[in-house]
Amino acid sequence: MVHPVIRFDNVSKTYPKQNRPALRDVSLEIEKGEFVFLVGSSGSGKSTFLRLLLREERTSHGMVHVLGKDLARLSNWKVPQMRRQLGTVFQDFRLLPNKTVAENVAFAQEVIGKSRGEIRKSVPQVLDLVGLGGKEDRMPGELSGGEQQRVAIARAFVNRPLLLIADEPTGNLDPQTSVGIMKLLDRINRTGTTVVMATHDQNIVDQMRKRVIELEKGRLVRDQARGVYGYQH
Amino acid sequence: MRAQFVLSEIGVGLRRNLTMTFAVIVSVALSLALFGGALLMRDQVSVMKDYWYDKVNVSIFLCNKNDAATAPKCVKGAVTGEQKKQIETDLKKMDIVEKVHYETADEAYKHYKEKYGDSPIASSITPDQMPESFRVKLKDPEKYKVVATAFAGRDGVESVQDQRDILQNLFDLMTGMNVAALCVMALMLVIALMLIVNTVRVSAFSRRRETGIMRLVGASSFYIQMPFIMEAAFAGLIGGAVACVMLLVGRYFLIDNGLALADKMQLVNFIGWDAVLAKLPLVIAIGLLMPAVAAFLALRKYLRV
Repeated sequence: MVHPVIRFDNVSKTYPKQNRPALRDVSLEIEKGEFVFLVGSSGSGKSTFLRLLLREERTSHGMVHVLGKDLARLSNWKVPQMRRQLGTVFQDFRLLPNKTVAENVAFAQEVIGKSRGEIRKSVPQVLDLVGLGGKEDRMPGELSGGEQQRVAIARAFVNRPLLLIADEPTGNLDPQTSVGIMKLLDRINRTGTTVVMATHDQNIVDQMRKRVIELEKGRLVRDQARGVYGYQH
Repeated sequence: MRAQFVLSEIGVGLRRNLTMTFAVIVSVALSLALFGGALLMRDQVSVMKDYWYDKVNVSIFLCNKNDAATAPKCVKGAVTGEQKKQIETDLKKMDIVEKVHYETADEAYKHYKEKYGDSPIASSITPDQMPESFRVKLKDPEKYKVVATAFAGRDGVESVQDQRDILQNLFDLMTGMNVAALCVMALMLVIALMLIVNTVRVSAFSRRRETGIMRLVGASSFYIQMPFIMEAAFAGLIGGAVACVMLLVGRYFLIDNGLALADKMQLVNFIGWDAVLAKLPLVIAIGLLMPAVAAFLALRKYLRV
Protein backbone atom coordinates (compact mmCIF):
# COMPACT_ATOMS: atom_id res chain seq x y z
CA MET A 1 0.00 0.00 0.00
CA VAL A 2 1.36 3.39 -1.00
CA HIS A 3 0.92 6.08 1.63
CA PRO A 4 0.31 9.66 0.69
CA VAL A 5 3.33 11.76 1.64
CA ILE A 6 1.15 13.97 3.84
CA ARG A 7 -2.26 13.21 5.28
CA PHE A 8 -4.25 15.50 7.59
CA ASP A 9 -7.36 14.04 9.23
CA ASN A 10 -9.60 16.65 10.86
CA VAL A 11 -6.62 18.47 12.24
CA SER A 12 -7.15 21.29 14.71
CA LYS A 13 -4.48 23.15 16.61
CA THR A 14 -5.03 25.57 19.45
CA TYR A 15 -1.97 27.09 21.07
CA PRO A 16 -1.95 27.25 24.85
CA LYS A 17 -3.54 30.41 26.27
CA GLN A 18 -5.24 31.29 22.96
CA ASN A 19 -8.94 31.13 22.30
CA ARG A 20 -8.94 31.03 18.53
CA PRO A 21 -7.55 27.85 17.01
CA ALA A 22 -4.69 28.36 14.53
CA LEU A 23 -5.98 25.46 12.48
CA ARG A 24 -9.58 24.25 12.37
CA ASP A 25 -10.62 20.81 11.19
CA VAL A 26 -8.26 20.57 8.21
CA SER A 27 -8.29 17.35 6.17
CA LEU A 28 -6.22 16.78 3.03
CA GLU A 29 -3.81 14.45 1.31
CA ILE A 30 -0.67 15.24 -0.65
CA GLU A 31 0.71 12.47 -2.85
CA LYS A 32 4.27 11.63 -3.69
CA GLY A 33 5.79 13.89 -6.32
CA GLU A 34 3.24 16.69 -5.96
CA PHE A 35 4.15 20.37 -5.91
CA VAL A 36 1.78 22.24 -3.60
CA PHE A 37 1.45 25.95 -2.85
CA LEU A 38 0.14 26.88 0.56
CA VAL A 39 -1.40 30.35 0.44
CA GLY A 40 -3.30 32.56 2.83
CA SER A 41 -2.86 35.87 4.58
CA SER A 42 -0.72 36.27 7.66
CA GLY A 43 -2.24 34.45 10.60
CA SER A 44 -4.21 32.10 8.37
CA GLY A 45 -2.41 29.06 9.77
CA LYS A 46 0.25 28.43 7.12
CA SER A 47 3.11 28.41 9.62
CA THR A 48 1.19 26.17 11.99
CA PHE A 49 0.56 23.80 9.08
CA LEU A 50 4.30 23.59 8.36
CA ARG A 51 5.24 23.30 12.03
CA LEU A 52 2.91 20.34 12.38
CA LEU A 53 4.62 18.66 9.42
CA LEU A 54 8.01 19.09 11.10
CA ARG A 55 6.54 18.00 14.41
CA GLU A 56 7.65 21.21 16.02
CA GLU A 57 4.09 21.22 17.33
CA ARG A 58 1.55 18.50 18.00
CA THR A 59 -2.08 18.62 16.98
CA SER A 60 -4.83 19.41 19.46
CA HIS A 61 -7.26 17.19 17.58
CA GLY A 62 -6.97 14.97 14.56
CA MET A 63 -4.08 13.09 13.05
CA VAL A 64 -1.13 14.12 10.91
CA HIS A 65 0.63 11.43 8.89
CA VAL A 66 3.92 12.29 7.23
CA LEU A 67 5.56 9.64 5.02
CA GLY A 68 3.14 7.09 6.43
CA LYS A 69 3.94 7.81 10.08
CA ASP A 70 1.42 9.04 12.62
CA LEU A 71 3.28 11.96 14.16
CA ALA A 72 1.25 11.86 17.37
CA ARG A 73 2.42 8.32 18.01
CA LEU A 74 6.02 8.98 17.01
CA SER A 75 8.18 8.92 20.13
CA ASN A 76 10.48 11.89 20.71
CA TRP A 77 13.70 10.05 20.03
CA LYS A 78 12.41 8.94 16.63
CA VAL A 79 11.65 12.48 15.50
CA PRO A 80 15.21 13.14 14.24
CA GLN A 81 14.98 10.05 12.03
CA MET A 82 11.74 11.39 10.58
CA ARG A 83 13.22 14.84 9.98
CA ARG A 84 16.13 13.35 8.03
CA GLN A 85 13.63 12.47 5.33
CA LEU A 86 12.47 16.09 5.18
CA GLY A 87 14.26 19.10 3.80
CA THR A 88 13.42 22.62 4.97
CA VAL A 89 14.03 26.04 3.44
CA PHE A 90 13.16 29.36 5.07
CA GLN A 91 12.68 32.94 4.05
CA ASP A 92 15.75 34.01 6.08
CA PHE A 93 18.03 31.26 4.65
CA ARG A 94 19.36 30.29 8.10
CA LEU A 95 22.95 29.75 7.01
CA LEU A 96 25.87 29.64 9.42
CA PRO A 97 27.75 32.90 8.75
CA ASN A 98 31.13 31.61 9.88
CA LYS A 99 31.15 28.59 7.60
CA THR A 100 31.80 28.46 3.87
CA VAL A 101 29.15 27.44 1.35
CA ALA A 102 30.50 23.89 1.21
CA GLU A 103 30.76 23.68 5.01
CA ASN A 104 27.19 24.89 5.40
CA VAL A 105 25.94 22.12 3.15
CA ALA A 106 28.29 19.56 4.72
CA PHE A 107 26.99 20.55 8.19
CA ALA A 108 23.65 18.92 7.40
CA GLN A 109 25.46 15.66 6.72
CA GLU A 110 27.99 15.89 9.53
CA VAL A 111 25.37 16.25 12.22
CA ILE A 112 23.56 13.10 11.13
CA GLY A 113 26.81 11.18 11.12
CA LYS A 114 27.51 10.75 7.39
CA SER A 115 31.04 9.63 6.58
CA ARG A 116 33.65 12.05 5.31
CA GLY A 117 33.86 10.23 2.00
CA GLU A 118 30.14 10.48 1.45
CA ILE A 119 30.18 14.19 2.26
CA ARG A 120 33.07 14.88 -0.11
CA LYS A 121 31.11 13.20 -2.87
CA SER A 122 27.64 14.61 -2.37
CA VAL A 123 28.40 18.25 -1.50
CA PRO A 124 29.93 19.27 -4.88
CA GLN A 125 27.17 17.31 -6.61
CA VAL A 126 24.36 19.16 -4.92
CA LEU A 127 26.11 22.53 -5.28
CA ASP A 128 26.34 21.88 -9.02
CA LEU A 129 22.64 21.02 -9.04
CA VAL A 130 21.68 24.36 -7.47
CA GLY A 131 24.05 26.24 -9.78
CA LEU A 132 26.73 27.18 -7.27
CA GLY A 133 29.55 25.09 -8.71
CA GLY A 134 32.83 26.94 -8.12
CA LYS A 135 31.56 28.93 -5.12
CA GLU A 136 32.23 26.22 -2.55
CA ASP A 137 34.71 28.28 -0.54
CA ARG A 138 32.81 31.55 -0.44
CA MET A 139 31.28 32.78 2.81
CA PRO A 140 27.50 33.33 2.92
CA GLY A 141 28.05 37.04 3.52
CA GLU A 142 29.77 37.35 0.15
CA LEU A 143 26.79 35.95 -1.75
CA SER A 144 23.64 37.59 -3.04
CA GLY A 145 20.29 36.74 -1.47
CA GLY A 146 19.38 34.41 -4.30
CA GLU A 147 22.69 32.59 -4.01
CA GLN A 148 22.29 32.26 -0.26
CA GLN A 149 18.88 30.72 -0.77
CA ARG A 150 20.43 28.29 -3.25
CA VAL A 151 22.90 27.26 -0.53
CA ALA A 152 19.97 26.72 1.83
CA ILE A 153 18.20 24.62 -0.79
CA ALA A 154 21.38 22.62 -1.40
CA ARG A 155 21.58 21.97 2.33
CA ALA A 156 17.94 20.91 2.47
CA PHE A 157 18.35 18.62 -0.54
CA VAL A 158 21.78 17.11 0.13
CA ASN A 159 20.34 14.26 2.17
CA ARG A 160 17.85 13.50 -0.65
CA PRO A 161 14.66 14.09 1.34
CA LEU A 162 11.33 12.68 0.19
CA LEU A 163 9.59 15.91 1.12
CA LEU A 164 10.86 19.47 0.79
CA ILE A 165 9.14 22.10 2.92
CA ALA A 166 9.71 25.71 1.91
CA ASP A 167 8.42 28.57 4.05
CA GLU A 168 8.26 31.65 1.80
CA PRO A 169 11.59 30.88 0.16
CA THR A 170 11.27 33.89 -2.17
CA GLY A 171 10.02 36.30 0.49
CA ASN A 172 13.31 38.20 0.66
CA LEU A 173 14.17 38.06 -3.03
CA ASP A 174 13.43 40.27 -6.05
CA PRO A 175 11.07 38.85 -8.73
CA GLN A 176 13.81 37.88 -11.15
CA THR A 177 15.83 36.00 -8.55
CA SER A 178 12.62 34.40 -7.31
CA VAL A 179 11.99 32.93 -10.75
CA GLY A 180 15.42 31.30 -10.61
CA ILE A 181 14.66 29.81 -7.21
CA MET A 182 11.30 28.53 -8.44
CA LYS A 183 12.96 26.86 -11.43
CA LEU A 184 15.33 25.16 -9.03
CA LEU A 185 12.48 23.94 -6.80
CA ASP A 186 10.65 22.71 -9.89
CA ARG A 187 13.74 20.77 -10.91
CA ILE A 188 13.97 19.21 -7.47
CA ASN A 189 10.27 18.37 -7.69
CA ARG A 190 10.90 16.56 -11.00
CA THR A 191 13.36 14.20 -9.28
CA GLY A 192 10.32 12.84 -7.42
CA THR A 193 10.62 14.97 -4.29
CA THR A 194 7.32 16.27 -2.98
CA VAL A 195 7.44 20.05 -2.47
CA VAL A 196 5.18 22.02 -0.12
CA MET A 197 5.73 25.75 -0.36
CA ALA A 198 4.05 28.45 1.67
CA THR A 199 4.08 31.76 -0.19
CA HIS A 200 2.63 35.23 -0.58
CA ASP A 201 4.02 35.63 -4.09
CA GLN A 202 1.05 35.97 -6.41
CA ASN A 203 3.06 35.99 -9.66
CA ILE A 204 4.84 32.79 -8.85
CA VAL A 205 1.68 30.90 -7.99
CA ASP A 206 -0.11 32.15 -11.08
CA GLN A 207 2.80 31.25 -13.36
CA MET A 208 3.54 27.78 -11.99
CA ARG A 209 -0.04 26.50 -12.17
CA LYS A 210 0.39 23.88 -9.46
CA ARG A 211 -1.99 22.65 -6.81
CA VAL A 212 -3.00 25.47 -4.46
CA ILE A 213 -4.23 25.02 -0.91
CA GLU A 214 -5.66 28.14 0.68
CA LEU A 215 -6.13 28.64 4.39
CA GLU A 216 -8.20 31.38 5.95
CA LYS A 217 -8.43 31.86 9.69
CA GLY A 218 -7.31 28.30 10.18
CA ARG A 219 -9.81 26.72 7.81
CA LEU A 220 -9.11 25.03 4.52
CA VAL A 221 -11.12 27.20 2.09
CA ARG A 222 -9.73 26.08 -1.26
CA ASP A 223 -7.89 23.06 -2.64
CA GLN A 224 -7.45 23.48 -6.35
CA ALA A 225 -5.35 21.55 -8.87
CA ARG A 226 -3.47 23.83 -11.28
CA GLY A 227 -4.72 26.80 -9.27
CA VAL A 228 -3.94 30.49 -9.10
CA TYR A 229 -3.24 32.75 -6.13
CA GLY A 230 -6.83 33.82 -6.34
CA TYR A 231 -7.36 36.57 -3.79
CA GLN A 232 -6.30 40.11 -3.27
CA HIS A 233 -4.46 41.14 -0.18
CA MET B 1 29.62 10.72 15.15
CA ARG B 2 32.86 12.44 14.30
CA ALA B 3 35.06 13.17 17.30
CA GLN B 4 36.94 15.98 15.64
CA PHE B 5 33.72 17.82 14.84
CA VAL B 6 32.46 17.50 18.41
CA LEU B 7 35.81 18.58 19.87
CA SER B 8 36.00 21.70 17.73
CA GLU B 9 32.48 22.62 18.83
CA ILE B 10 33.52 22.30 22.48
CA GLY B 11 36.58 24.47 21.94
CA VAL B 12 34.49 27.17 20.29
CA GLY B 13 31.92 27.05 23.08
CA LEU B 14 34.47 27.28 25.89
CA ARG B 15 36.28 30.20 24.32
CA ARG B 16 33.03 32.04 23.75
CA ASN B 17 32.18 31.92 27.46
CA LEU B 18 35.67 32.33 28.78
CA THR B 19 34.76 34.33 31.90
CA MET B 20 31.85 32.06 32.71
CA THR B 21 33.96 28.96 32.15
CA PHE B 22 36.59 30.40 34.47
CA ALA B 23 33.95 31.03 37.15
CA VAL B 24 32.71 27.46 36.81
CA ILE B 25 36.24 26.08 37.12
CA VAL B 26 36.99 28.12 40.23
CA SER B 27 33.76 27.30 42.02
CA VAL B 28 33.97 23.61 41.16
CA ALA B 29 37.60 23.57 42.31
CA LEU B 30 36.80 25.25 45.61
CA SER B 31 33.82 23.08 46.43
CA LEU B 32 35.68 19.90 45.55
CA ALA B 33 38.75 20.96 47.51
CA LEU B 34 36.54 21.51 50.55
CA PHE B 35 34.89 18.19 49.95
CA GLY B 36 38.25 16.43 49.69
CA GLY B 37 39.49 18.33 52.73
CA ALA B 38 36.50 17.18 54.76
CA LEU B 39 37.12 13.58 53.72
CA LEU B 40 40.78 13.88 54.71
CA MET B 41 39.86 15.44 58.04
CA ARG B 42 37.66 12.45 58.74
CA ASP B 43 40.57 10.18 57.89
CA GLN B 44 42.80 12.20 60.19
CA VAL B 45 40.37 11.80 63.07
CA SER B 46 40.17 8.07 62.57
CA VAL B 47 43.96 7.75 62.25
CA MET B 48 44.35 9.66 65.51
CA LYS B 49 41.69 7.55 67.19
CA ASP B 50 43.43 4.36 66.17
CA TYR B 51 46.75 5.69 67.35
CA TRP B 52 45.64 7.17 70.63
CA TYR B 53 43.05 4.64 71.69
CA ASP B 54 45.79 2.08 71.40
CA LYS B 55 47.83 3.99 73.92
CA VAL B 56 45.23 5.15 76.37
CA ASN B 57 44.31 3.27 79.48
CA VAL B 58 41.50 3.18 81.90
CA SER B 59 42.90 4.38 85.18
CA ILE B 60 41.57 3.28 88.52
CA PHE B 61 42.81 5.80 91.04
CA LEU B 62 43.06 4.59 94.59
CA CYS B 63 42.57 6.58 97.73
CA ASN B 64 45.60 7.83 99.60
CA LYS B 65 45.86 9.42 103.01
CA ASN B 66 45.08 12.93 101.77
CA ASP B 67 42.01 11.82 99.87
CA ALA B 68 40.58 10.22 102.97
CA ALA B 69 40.11 13.72 104.31
CA THR B 70 39.02 15.55 101.13
CA ALA B 71 37.35 13.22 98.62
CA PRO B 72 33.86 12.03 99.60
CA LYS B 73 34.42 8.62 97.98
CA CYS B 74 37.36 7.96 100.23
CA VAL B 75 35.71 8.53 103.63
CA LYS B 76 36.56 4.98 104.64
CA GLY B 77 40.22 5.88 104.55
CA ALA B 78 43.18 5.12 102.34
CA VAL B 79 43.25 1.95 100.33
CA THR B 80 44.47 -1.16 102.16
CA GLY B 81 46.77 -3.81 100.80
CA GLU B 82 43.93 -6.30 100.86
CA GLN B 83 41.68 -4.08 98.76
CA LYS B 84 44.46 -3.58 96.25
CA LYS B 85 44.98 -7.30 95.90
CA GLN B 86 41.27 -7.87 95.50
CA ILE B 87 41.02 -5.27 92.74
CA GLU B 88 44.00 -6.71 90.93
CA THR B 89 42.66 -10.28 90.96
CA ASP B 90 39.22 -9.05 89.87
CA LEU B 91 40.76 -7.12 87.00
CA LYS B 92 42.80 -10.09 85.85
CA LYS B 93 39.71 -12.26 85.85
CA MET B 94 37.93 -9.99 83.34
CA ASP B 95 38.05 -11.13 79.71
CA ILE B 96 38.16 -7.68 78.27
CA VAL B 97 41.27 -6.70 80.15
CA GLU B 98 44.48 -7.12 78.24
CA LYS B 99 47.08 -5.84 80.67
CA VAL B 100 47.12 -4.41 84.16
CA HIS B 101 49.89 -2.19 85.40
CA TYR B 102 50.11 -1.04 88.96
CA GLU B 103 51.48 2.47 89.28
CA THR B 104 52.86 3.33 92.68
CA ALA B 105 52.72 6.82 94.15
CA ASP B 106 56.44 7.21 93.48
CA GLU B 107 56.02 6.31 89.82
CA ALA B 108 53.15 8.71 89.54
CA TYR B 109 55.30 11.41 91.10
CA LYS B 110 58.09 10.69 88.63
CA HIS B 111 55.73 10.91 85.64
CA TYR B 112 54.24 14.07 86.99
CA LYS B 113 57.66 15.63 87.40
CA GLU B 114 58.58 14.68 83.84
CA LYS B 115 55.47 16.33 82.53
CA TYR B 116 55.25 19.49 84.59
CA GLY B 117 58.76 19.61 86.06
CA ASP B 118 59.23 23.36 85.78
CA SER B 119 55.90 24.63 86.93
CA PRO B 120 55.57 26.07 90.46
CA ILE B 121 52.86 23.61 91.45
CA ALA B 122 55.07 20.63 90.59
CA SER B 123 57.76 21.74 92.97
CA SER B 124 55.32 21.90 95.88
CA ILE B 125 54.02 18.38 95.30
CA THR B 126 55.39 15.48 97.30
CA PRO B 127 55.28 11.80 96.36
CA ASP B 128 52.82 10.91 99.09
CA GLN B 129 50.27 13.30 97.61
CA MET B 130 50.17 11.36 94.38
CA PRO B 131 47.53 8.64 94.08
CA GLU B 132 48.35 5.04 93.44
CA SER B 133 46.53 3.61 90.46
CA PHE B 134 45.89 0.61 88.29
CA ARG B 135 46.50 1.35 84.64
CA VAL B 136 44.26 -1.04 82.76
CA LYS B 137 44.65 -1.71 79.08
CA LEU B 138 41.50 -3.03 77.48
CA LYS B 139 41.28 -5.27 74.44
CA ASP B 140 38.50 -3.05 73.18
CA PRO B 141 38.76 0.56 74.38
CA GLU B 142 35.00 1.01 73.88
CA LYS B 143 34.30 -1.40 76.74
CA TYR B 144 35.28 1.20 79.29
CA LYS B 145 31.85 1.22 80.92
CA VAL B 146 32.18 -2.37 82.11
CA VAL B 147 35.28 -1.54 84.11
CA ALA B 148 33.79 1.68 85.38
CA THR B 149 30.65 0.01 86.80
CA ALA B 150 32.64 -2.84 88.31
CA PHE B 151 35.10 -0.69 90.25
CA ALA B 152 33.68 2.79 90.75
CA GLY B 153 32.36 3.14 94.28
CA ARG B 154 34.31 0.20 95.64
CA ASP B 155 36.06 0.79 98.94
CA GLY B 156 39.48 2.30 98.42
CA VAL B 157 38.74 3.46 94.85
CA GLU B 158 38.75 7.18 94.39
CA SER B 159 37.71 7.31 90.76
CA VAL B 160 37.75 5.42 87.49
CA GLN B 161 38.86 7.58 84.62
CA ASP B 162 38.80 6.90 80.93
CA GLN B 163 41.56 8.85 79.26
CA ARG B 164 39.59 8.89 76.06
CA ASP B 165 37.47 11.66 77.53
CA ILE B 166 40.37 14.06 77.15
CA LEU B 167 40.83 13.17 73.48
CA GLN B 168 37.12 13.24 72.83
CA ASN B 169 37.10 17.04 73.07
CA LEU B 170 39.75 17.27 70.38
CA PHE B 171 37.88 14.89 68.15
CA ASP B 172 34.65 16.79 68.69
CA LEU B 173 36.41 19.95 67.60
CA MET B 174 37.71 18.28 64.46
CA THR B 175 34.31 16.83 63.65
CA GLY B 176 32.83 20.29 64.11
CA MET B 177 35.34 21.73 61.66
CA ASN B 178 34.43 18.92 59.31
CA VAL B 179 30.75 19.80 59.43
CA ALA B 180 31.60 23.45 58.83
CA ALA B 181 33.72 22.51 55.81
CA LEU B 182 30.87 20.42 54.43
CA CYS B 183 28.42 23.31 54.86
CA VAL B 184 30.70 25.67 52.95
CA MET B 185 31.15 22.97 50.35
CA ALA B 186 27.39 22.60 49.92
CA LEU B 187 27.11 26.34 49.41
CA MET B 188 29.94 26.39 46.88
CA LEU B 189 28.36 23.44 45.14
CA VAL B 190 25.08 25.30 44.77
CA ILE B 191 26.97 28.28 43.36
CA ALA B 192 28.86 26.02 40.98
CA LEU B 193 25.64 24.39 39.79
CA MET B 194 23.91 27.73 39.24
CA LEU B 195 26.91 28.97 37.29
CA ILE B 196 26.83 25.86 35.14
CA VAL B 197 23.12 26.23 34.48
CA ASN B 198 23.66 29.85 33.52
CA THR B 199 26.63 29.02 31.31
CA VAL B 200 24.61 26.41 29.51
CA ARG B 201 21.76 28.85 29.05
CA VAL B 202 24.04 31.49 27.58
CA SER B 203 25.81 29.09 25.27
CA ALA B 204 22.53 27.48 24.20
CA PHE B 205 21.28 30.95 23.32
CA SER B 206 24.41 31.97 21.44
CA ARG B 207 24.34 28.74 19.47
CA ARG B 208 20.61 28.65 18.79
CA ARG B 209 21.22 29.10 15.07
CA GLU B 210 23.43 26.03 14.86
CA THR B 211 21.21 23.93 17.08
CA GLY B 212 18.13 25.05 15.16
CA ILE B 213 19.67 23.87 11.91
CA MET B 214 20.85 20.65 13.54
CA ARG B 215 17.33 19.99 14.69
CA LEU B 216 15.85 20.63 11.26
CA VAL B 217 18.21 18.33 9.41
CA GLY B 218 17.48 15.60 11.95
CA ALA B 219 20.49 15.49 14.24
CA SER B 220 19.70 13.33 17.27
CA SER B 221 19.11 15.17 20.52
CA PHE B 222 22.12 13.39 21.96
CA TYR B 223 24.25 14.82 19.18
CA ILE B 224 22.89 18.32 19.69
CA GLN B 225 23.32 18.23 23.47
CA MET B 226 26.69 16.53 23.50
CA PRO B 227 28.88 19.64 22.96
CA PHE B 228 27.13 21.48 25.81
CA ILE B 229 27.48 18.57 28.20
CA MET B 230 31.10 17.99 27.18
CA GLU B 231 31.78 21.68 27.69
CA ALA B 232 30.48 21.56 31.26
CA ALA B 233 32.23 18.25 31.94
CA PHE B 234 35.49 19.63 30.58
CA ALA B 235 35.30 22.74 32.75
CA GLY B 236 34.41 20.48 35.70
CA LEU B 237 37.36 18.23 34.94
CA ILE B 238 39.74 21.18 35.05
CA GLY B 239 38.07 22.29 38.30
CA GLY B 240 38.52 18.78 39.71
CA ALA B 241 42.17 18.76 38.69
CA VAL B 242 42.71 22.12 40.37
CA ALA B 243 41.01 20.75 43.51
CA CYS B 244 43.39 17.78 43.48
CA VAL B 245 46.39 20.08 43.24
CA MET B 246 44.96 22.14 46.12
CA LEU B 247 44.64 19.02 48.27
CA LEU B 248 48.19 17.87 47.55
CA VAL B 249 49.66 21.32 48.06
CA GLY B 250 47.51 21.74 51.18
CA ARG B 251 48.81 18.53 52.74
CA TYR B 252 52.38 19.46 51.85
CA PHE B 253 52.25 22.90 53.42
CA LEU B 254 50.19 21.94 56.47
CA ILE B 255 52.04 18.83 57.46
CA ASP B 256 55.45 18.57 55.83
CA ASN B 257 56.46 22.12 55.18
CA GLY B 258 55.23 25.64 55.77
CA LEU B 259 53.12 25.15 58.90
CA ALA B 260 55.05 21.90 59.38
CA LEU B 261 52.60 20.41 61.85
CA ALA B 262 54.47 17.10 61.69
CA ASP B 263 57.43 18.77 63.40
CA LYS B 264 55.44 20.81 65.85
CA MET B 265 53.08 18.08 66.94
CA GLN B 266 55.20 14.99 66.99
CA LEU B 267 52.76 13.13 69.18
CA VAL B 268 50.12 13.32 66.46
CA ASN B 269 50.12 10.71 63.79
CA PHE B 270 49.25 12.43 60.49
CA ILE B 271 47.62 10.95 57.43
CA GLY B 272 50.05 9.94 54.69
CA TRP B 273 50.18 10.79 51.00
CA ASP B 274 48.37 7.56 50.21
CA ALA B 275 45.25 8.84 51.98
CA VAL B 276 45.34 12.02 49.88
CA LEU B 277 45.99 10.13 46.64
CA ALA B 278 43.12 7.75 47.39
CA LYS B 279 40.68 10.71 47.41
CA LEU B 280 41.79 12.15 44.08
CA PRO B 281 39.91 9.75 41.75
CA LEU B 282 36.68 10.49 43.62
CA VAL B 283 37.27 14.24 43.40
CA ILE B 284 37.98 13.98 39.66
CA ALA B 285 34.96 11.77 39.06
CA ILE B 286 32.61 14.15 40.88
CA GLY B 287 34.19 17.10 39.06
CA LEU B 288 33.44 15.40 35.78
CA LEU B 289 29.98 14.00 36.47
CA MET B 290 28.31 16.70 38.53
CA PRO B 291 28.64 19.51 35.94
CA ALA B 292 27.68 17.08 33.17
CA VAL B 293 24.46 16.15 34.96
CA ALA B 294 23.75 19.80 35.77
CA ALA B 295 24.27 20.74 32.11
CA PHE B 296 22.03 17.91 30.96
CA LEU B 297 19.23 19.07 33.26
CA ALA B 298 19.73 22.70 32.20
CA LEU B 299 19.49 21.71 28.53
CA ARG B 300 16.10 20.18 29.04
CA LYS B 301 14.92 23.64 29.94
CA TYR B 302 16.93 25.88 27.65
CA LEU B 303 17.47 23.87 24.48
CA ARG B 304 14.65 22.61 22.31
CA VAL B 305 15.49 19.40 20.58
